[in-house]
Amino acid sequence: MNAPTKFDGAKPAYRHVGTRPVRPDGVDKVTGKALYGTDFKAPGMLWGAVLRSPHPHARILSIDARKAEALPGVHAVATGKDFPTLQSLVMHVGEGASDIVDVARNCLALDKVLYEGHAVAAVAAVTPEIAREALALIAVEYEELPFVLGLEDALAPDAPLLHDDVFTKGVEPKPDKPSNASMRVEMGSGDVEAALATAAVVASGRYTMEPVHQGYIEPHACVASWNADGQAQIWCSSQGHFAVRALTASVLAIPQADIRVTPLEIGGGFGGKTTIYLEPVAMILSRKSGRPVRLAMTREEVFRATGPAPGAVIDVRIGAAEDGTLLAADVEFKYHSGAYPAVDAGAGVASAIGHYRIPAARVVGTEVLCNRPAAKAYRAPGAPQVNFAVESAIDELAVRLGLDPIELRLKNASGEGDPQTSGVPWGKIGWTQCLEAAKAHPHWSAPLGENQGRGIAGGYWGNYGGPSTVVVSLAEDGSFVVATGSPDIGGSRASMAIMAAEVLEVPYEQVRCVVADTASIGYSMVTGGSRTTFATGKATVEAATQVRQLLCERAARMWNVPAEAVEWREGTMHCISGEKAGTSISVARIAPMVAHMGGPVSCVSAINANGWLPGFGLHICDVEVDPETGHVAIVRYTAVQDVGTAIHPDYVEGQVQGGAVQGIGWALNETYIYDHKGRLDNPGFLDYRMPVASDLPMVAAVLVEVPNPDHPYGVKGVGEVPIVPPLAAVANAIHAATGKRLKSLPMAPDRVFAALHGCA
Amino acid sequence: MSRLHVSATVNGDATDFLCDPSASLLDALRDQLGLTGSKEGCGSGDCGACTVMLDGEMVCSCLVLAAEAQGRSVRTIEGVAEGSVLHPVQQKFLEHAALQCGFCTPGFIVAAKALLDRNPDPTESEVRYWLAGNLCRCTGYDKIVRAVLAAAADLRQERTPA
Repeated sequence: MNAPTKFDGAKPAYRHVGTRPVRPDGVDKVTGKALYGTDFKAPGMLWGAVLRSPHPHARILSIDARKAEALPGVHAVATGKDFPTLQSLVMHVGEGASDIVDVARNCLALDKVLYEGHAVAAVAAVTPEIAREALALIAVEYEELPFVLGLEDALAPDAPLLHDDVFTKGVEPKPDKPSNASMRVEMGSGDVEAALATAAVVASGRYTMEPVHQGYIEPHACVASWNADGQAQIWCSSQGHFAVRALTASVLAIPQADIRVTPLEIGGGFGGKTTIYLEPVAMILSRKSGRPVRLAMTREEVFRATGPAPGAVIDVRIGAAEDGTLLAADVEFKYHSGAYPAVDAGAGVASAIGHYRIPAARVVGTEVLCNRPAAKAYRAPGAPQVNFAVESAIDELAVRLGLDPIELRLKNASGEGDPQTSGVPWGKIGWTQCLEAAKAHPHWSAPLGENQGRGIAGGYWGNYGGPSTVVVSLAEDGSFVVATGSPDIGGSRASMAIMAAEVLEVPYEQVRCVVADTASIGYSMVTGGSRTTFATGKATVEAATQVRQLLCERAARMWNVPAEAVEWREGTMHCISGEKAGTSISVARIAPMVAHMGGPVSCVSAINANGWLPGFGLHICDVEVDPETGHVAIVRYTAVQDVGTAIHPDYVEGQVQGGAVQGIGWALNETYIYDHKGRLDNPGFLDYRMPVASDLPMVAAVLVEVPNPDHPYGVKGVGEVPIVPPLAAVANAIHAATGKRLKSLPMAPDRVFAALHGCA
Repeated sequence: MSRLHVSATVNGDATDFLCDPSASLLDALRDQLGLTGSKEGCGSGDCGACTVMLDGEMVCSCLVLAAEAQGRSVRTIEGVAEGSVLHPVQQKFLEHAALQCGFCTPGFIVAAKALLDRNPDPTESEVRYWLAGNLCRCTGYDKIVRAVLAAAADLRQERTPA
């Protein structure tokens, strides 16, 4: 565990920021007491189960559930027809926009099933066994339709259409025919072809990958209870209970205030739990049965029916002058949207080449519908795929020009004031500082063994701010409670407690944090977009500051002095002028009195947090390639990242390490595999092979701190950046070890072996 | 279908429960006994989130029938701490921030304790291979491995490595 590297002068003297205390929710989580999605039970609860389509594309001709309804113990059956008639409405909740009609149809299909695993019907029964037995009694008559899985196949003129009302967005004039290309995004400037023609070297190639899954260990689960008066409660794990409330209320056409969503602990999300799958179905089953209903997915259902990250085909050409100056880039990619229009292409375009100053550039992204589960956000959604191609090409340029890959990047690195691809100038970013820190790191100059190679890659993610509500309340003994609306997915309670304790100048343990339900706190956007420590943190600091000011005012009133005569130091109010100068009172002493002396001290900060800054990272990867088997072992890995300021460095390092390892899994092993009938062949952890402890070395996280001037403590989002560079870092290391440039993921032993032995 | 009556010792207490013949030990622990600390991540023995000790042997409780617990001793995450005193593995998981979402944590702690019970001085490699049956998607395992090594040192009463 390293001390963060500072790049902005002397470190401010913080008392808590930058320390590593035990998280307040820790003991619950190491003793098994914490309640996650499937751990919650309601009295009288029924058990639900979902029937899913065996076909990748089919018309639903009829559903006969009479036998299931007649089975003793079955209390309700739901189908897509139980949803109200909905008008198209695009809602900006979760990460990106969704049309509520698509959300509803994805929860339960109406006319067509669009992928194998698409939910068709659901039952609620007194035991899980009876619920499963009832599913087998539901007769669904399908008319199978031609299906399409591949990106290029889906764009062919004669491809089966998933939706006859989707016309490519982002194309002027609007196309006259519907197609599977739901959206096209283009950015750039300059004459790319002319600039490429002047280049000494052009690195070009086509890079491909299939979808991968977020791989959270906790399957989706919820309990819903919908009362006769229309009011309902939902208990679930999600990245945002306000998003669950908004989407569920919208697809059921009921007021949001009629649903109270209580967040349970969340067992990983990585973007995949920013939407809903089960909640409205459990609601319908609950309304029909009059009982609370639990729905939970199996692992197989998670793989077949929840959002993978899109697979991709990326064509790239990047040209450089003899001295390594980048001259032009042409990047065109296609991403799987799966069953419904998705939004990763926009972020992919913005995340492709903005880390370099390139005078002529064109980046085009297309979203492609196909008969796969609807793509959902996965950690820096849309960025790792295109970054894999771009950073592989940059590595190729360095190799062909005989330049050091860090120096080549430093020569072209964007800094503060340089334009992004959109033309908007970068703010106070720390990309160059990451490159310098990597160059100085002992890993960069360490010797390599036989069959080993070293690769690097850099990448970035825009991060986000957005709406958060926080209430900081004084307890009657001088301790404090911070209530947020942001689910704690990896230590954010600890970060909020640190920031509040920093403001209040009290011990960390004197501040406790809760994640409040939708009826108990104001709106807060999802825990996603690397926004929580930044945005909810900003609200926490603001609310704590208000508490501090209010307490000073109360002390001033008690002493009958002007408010400005009272100063807050070390959790104590001091009178600093006038005849009471020198008098002081601690928060513990004033706390029992304040409620009766002006009212309880409880302050809310409800903000739309602006001023977020993107994060940049540079990863160094050493691999050892077994020439006999093609197996690639990661032997050393260092992830350098600008984090602004690390509030709790352990959890910041954890984000960097965890993101890097997800990227390593994506690079080496993980992939969706479909059979010729359009059915997923590997819907389990045995065949969808995520990294395990024995696959990996320690992962060195090097925290570079270039503080964000728009956050009280300098925070930048950290969670998403680290999954961006690993795909190319691993590929570039394999190239260094073998001389082979692999352009298709995953770089599993069979592919590496084929590349080594020329049998591709 | 008639239900089976099972008598077992769970975390040291004599316990009786009724279960469906097809129910797993994990289902019985969670749904019949309310011991929800053991988690179901896959139901196929691939993720280790349901790891418990059965007569002193580490098992995935999702792969054991509840009826197989008849007459045997089961120890779950709820039985790792001695009352309110955390086991060193639990304590080191906290001190080393070895959990993010915490969902896989109970399985890791039960498995790590099982390792240290039989090997008080494991190497990093031994820790990594012993825990290879437990999936964590958040941490990249770095801090988990460090926590287990620190717990081992603590149990040997050596100074904790930084």
